[in-house]
Amino acid sequence: MMRRLLIAVPYGWLLLLFLVPFLIVLKISLSDIALSIPPYTPTLDLSEGWAGIRDFFSALDFENFTFLTTDDLYWKAYLSSLQIALISTLLTLLVGFPIAYGMARAPVEWRPALMMLVILPFWTSFLIRVYAWIGILSNEGFLNQFLMWIGLVDEPLTILNTNIAVYVGIVYTYLPFMILPVYATLEKMDESLLEAAEDLGCTRNQAFWFVTVPLSRPGVIAGCFLVFIPALGEFVIPSLLGGSQTLMIGKVLWEEFFSNRDWPVASAVAIILLLILIVPIVLFQRNQQKQAEANS
Amino acid sequence: MHLKYVALTLAAGLAATAATADEVRVYNWSDYIDEELLTKFEEETGIDLIYDVFDSNEVLETKLLAGGSGYDVVVPSGTFLQRQIEAGAFQKLDKSKLSNIDNMWGVVEARTDQYDPGNEYSINYMWGTTGIGVNVGAVQERLGEDAPIDSLELIFNPDNISKLGECGIHMLDAPAEMIPMALKYLGEDPNSHDPDVIAKTEPLFMAIRPYIQKFHSSEYINALANGDICVAVGWSGDILQSRDRAAEADNGVEIAYHAAKEGAQMWFDQMAIPVDAPNPDAAHVFLNFIMDAQNMAQASNYVYYANGNEASKEFLVEDVIGDPAIYPDEATLENLFTTTPYPPRVQRTVTRLWTKIKSGT
Repeated sequence: MMRRLLIAVPYGWLLLLFLVPFLIVLKISLSDIALSIPPYTPTLDLSEGWAGIRDFFSALDFENFTFLTTDDLYWKAYLSSLQIALISTLLTLLVGFPIAYGMARAPVEWRPALMMLVILPFWTSFLIRVYAWIGILSNEGFLNQFLMWIGLVDEPLTILNTNIAVYVGIVYTYLPFMILPVYATLEKMDESLLEAAEDLGCTRNQAFWFVTVPLSRPGVIAGCFLVFIPALGEFVIPSLLGGSQTLMIGKVLWEEFFSNRDWPVASAVAIILLLILIVPIVLFQRNQQKQAEANS
Repeated sequence: MHLKYVALTLAAGLAATAATADEVRVYNWSDYIDEELLTKFEEETGIDLIYDVFDSNEVLETKLLAGGSGYDVVVPSGTFLQRQIEAGAFQKLDKSKLSNIDNMWGVVEARTDQYDPGNEYSINYMWGTTGIGVNVGAVQERLGEDAPIDSLELIFNPDNISKLGECGIHMLDAPAEMIPMALKYLGEDPNSHDPDVIAKTEPLFMAIRPYIQKFHSSEYINALANGDICVAVGWSGDILQSRDRAAEADNGVEIAYHAAKEGAQMWFDQMAIPVDAPNPDAAHVFLNFIMDAQNMAQASNYVYYANGNEASKEFLVEDVIGDPAIYPDEATLENLFTTTPYPPRVQRTVTRLWTKIKSGT
């Protein structure tokens, strides 16, 4: 009995915060656009009784999903989002791993302070931090002024409103999500393993590649998913830092919703995005489970 | 900056649940009022005013159609208003509560009548044109003294715009304004709803696309004033505001605004009360306050837009009433056109075309 109750809690949570919203969006994606409040039809009319419910279900169809296949905009946007998310995940790893490694190798008494430095930016609103990048990257921004002052460039570099700015924004924003899990695994690592490797004839370099890197894998995988999943659906960063040529599915969704007022197609785009995300999410869950089993 | 609206929606949503009797929530365009008026309203009426801003009709419409926006007064443009009235988003004004309604200007009412028959749901707040703002010095330096700064040739002729690209060009991120403008240049009916005719603008935009730095509907005010860009296709009053800011900053930037001589779009921003407004009484008080001749004049004097209030004219400063860019003379007026809303299917074509123009895909 107790056991069932314990299981019911997470499932209830999942039902309330995932399944119910999902079903609402799914329902809208099967509806048709209408000029009314809300701007789609049918809406469930329970006063009609069973007939109302039957009419409601018979009016739903998959038209909006077939529509998505008729225009190459959508799959191009999905692909381009995948590309941006993958590249930024790799970049975040490249920047985050050395930081996490440095933190884990720092003297024990420094670590809380270093950890604080990673977490500190969260005390400021995410939006303000992204806006700050506009000030840094714009043509008259700090970066260009600095580069021109030291004489590295004569003309300001155009970074803002390009994909480069989007990568900078994503890497900056999600860096802590990479550092923290990698740091957590590296910190737990038994350093005597490195000594053993060296005793057995490894150079320090080899010990790093053969011992540290494989042992940090769970943290790296967790970090990559934590960056990749939100980056794929990212909307704020591309719309503030990206240019009009930055094609991401989050922006397409916005256009469907706001410019076309087509909630049904916007919902269909969101459903497909979710389906694309389910693959990495399931992989992530598996990885977490494996880790939990390995630890226990 | 779309996220601002997300934040505002959340704020409005949360606040809506706590609306009290003596509170009015107004949702207006950004940079569109003298903020002294907001304090004056609170002092005169004792009603708390919560004032939020947006910069695109699309954002406003989505909120209205979602229902429960929590706002008491909103300010859509005419074409959007028309569609929203059809969707049942507004309540009829109770004119017995609007003692200042006689101040309104028949000439403007006659034009807004096409969007809101009988002006039953809305009053005109401001009106203006969509045209071209230029940094005169920077443009003449690149195109010579006789640069066509009052003509669509400046932006749609690749020979001209290609020379201006490096100094910065912004265009409104508003297909419902940019496409009619391009159609006008092509000699087509700017109000065409024929997808084949609308498609003719694609090659035109594609040819000038590489020279456009950004499609955005509010950043150009500052960018133009600071001298960051040298051409902005935007709304009359916004460009005149940036002319004013540049003059105040005394930074050597001289801004000029022209409604294109080939013909320019004329638009009307209308104040209306959502059907589910939490406090329609206070909304009427606000509308009546805005229709007061002196208040309306103060707003126009500040934002450099013409208004639909005839009685306010005597309080307008010469800079506003005497400027043909704001209050056009008869000849210019005849050259202005208005548009009507696109039906959903055409709207989709237009949005798709616009995405293609902006992203190249």
